[in-house]
Amino acid sequence: MKTFRPKIPGFIIGMKIVIVNMFKTLSPFHSNPNVNYPFEKEKVAPRARGVIALDQEACTSCMLCARQCPDWCIYIEGHKELQPPSTPGGRQRSRAVLDRFDIDYALCMYCGICVEVCPFDALFWSPEYEYSEFNMGDMLHNKARLDEWLKTVPEPEGLEN
Amino acid sequence: MTDVLIKVGFVALAALNGAVIFTIMDVKGASWMQRRPGPLHVGLRGFIFPLAEILKFVQKEDIIPTDVDRPVFKWAPAYVVVSAVSLFAVVPLSPTLVVVDLELGVFFALAISSLSTIGVLTAGWSSANKYSLMGGLRAAGQLIAYELPLILAVVGVVIQAETMSLVGIVEKQIEWGVPFAFSGQIVAFLIFMIAATAEMMRVPFDMPIGESELTMGFMTEYSGIRFLIFYISEYMSMFVLCAVASTLFLGGYHLPFIPTEWVNIYGPISLITKTLILGFILVAVRWSFPRFREDQLQNLAWKFLIPASLLNILITAVLKVVL
Repeated sequence: MKTFRPKIPGFIIGMKIVIVNMFKTLSPFHSNPNVNYPFEKEKVAPRARGVIALDQEACTSCMLCARQCPDWCIYIEGHKELQPPSTPGGRQRSRAVLDRFDIDYALCMYCGICVEVCPFDALFWSPEYEYSEFNMGDMLHNKARLDEWLKTVPEPEGLEN
Repeated sequence: MTDVLIKVGFVALAALNGAVIFTIMDVKGASWMQRRPGPLHVGLRGFIFPLAEILKFVQKEDIIPTDVDRPVFKWAPAYVVVSAVSLFAVVPLSPTLVVVDLELGVFFALAISSLSTIGVLTAGWSSANKYSLMGGLRAAGQLIAYELPLILAVVGVVIQAETMSLVGIVEKQIEWGVPFAFSGQIVAFLIFMIAATAEMMRVPFDMPIGESELTMGFMTEYSGIRFLIFYISEYMSMFVLCAVASTLFLGGYHLPFIPTEWVNIYGPISLITKTLILGFILVAVRWSFPRFREDQLQNLAWKFLIPASLLNILITAVLKVVL
């Protein structure tokens, strides 16, 4: 036989939760979940998707990232230069030089496909997030700026054993 | 003449101050209930932010669209604010500290509080905007539906107190020793509070404003100082209706165990404390309830609140005759 248990109306439970939360906010004994943002900064997880950094040396301007980008916010231009032959009399090898690598963060939706698709490990996620601008055009980060973000990329965690 | 002007100024200032205090309580209380600090940077840990808000609205441009019915559109906020302010004229702060102690105080209060319906309906009608029109019609339907339980709930009090003057009702409660909310009129008190929440169009009864479906309901086309008047008068009517509720049901200016000679000192404090407690309950209700659907809203008024208040009148009248 089922024991009869009177059902507390939902709105009383709701009111109780609301008022208990108010006293939790006001009491100094409960941890404060808020970060007073411009004055104190949040500690972001190292794998957070803040901004995409570019390692210029590793990039071969293969255009895979630009093609995979759903927003088409990556602009790549490059040309080929002939290198002097490694042995005298040998054939001159061509080498890809990156002229332009821009990411338009006004368009970017932070999906991370470009980082995943890069076969040469030239793109990285950095947890930095403070790069808002007054002018929308300034959201286009050029090669030099993307290279600077590389300094903020955290060391990768070791592989799981 | 001068004393009339002083009284008018007092009522307007008191209602405005009440509205500002209720704004602070609503915004700060809401943020605390959601574990946020709320507005924090405008002086005194953000506690004077309504002043900044008023300044912001005053310096904004007052846009009037070309297609609107200009005089109606311009005067619509006035009805709402007048109904909220003049309601405060009959609320007694003590037996003598009352702007005007009308013989038919309850009647005046209920009549003047239904004036806001006209303001809301004309605001919606004159805006030349379908969202405004929908909001205005919903507001008219809701205000008319909830006017009835509001009045019928008060009738129970009037029967028990045998008078319609608000001072007389408080004196009767002093005579009874227990406020009416705890001596027979508890159902009327609950019905009054529900209907009053609907009258001031707050969550969960904010179907006319319903920002997710009607942008801002009847206020959609308003901006600048006219929007501010609508915004302030919502809090004004909240303050004033809570004051009326605490006068009718919670003993008003009376405090037990304190000699009644000092009523001019503790009366206003007592009334305002009771008003603030009722307002706090409204804020807590606002943040724990979702909005009612239109048909649920009408069903609640016509199928539940009105029969319950009629039953309450019947029982009160029978008990009045029998006892």
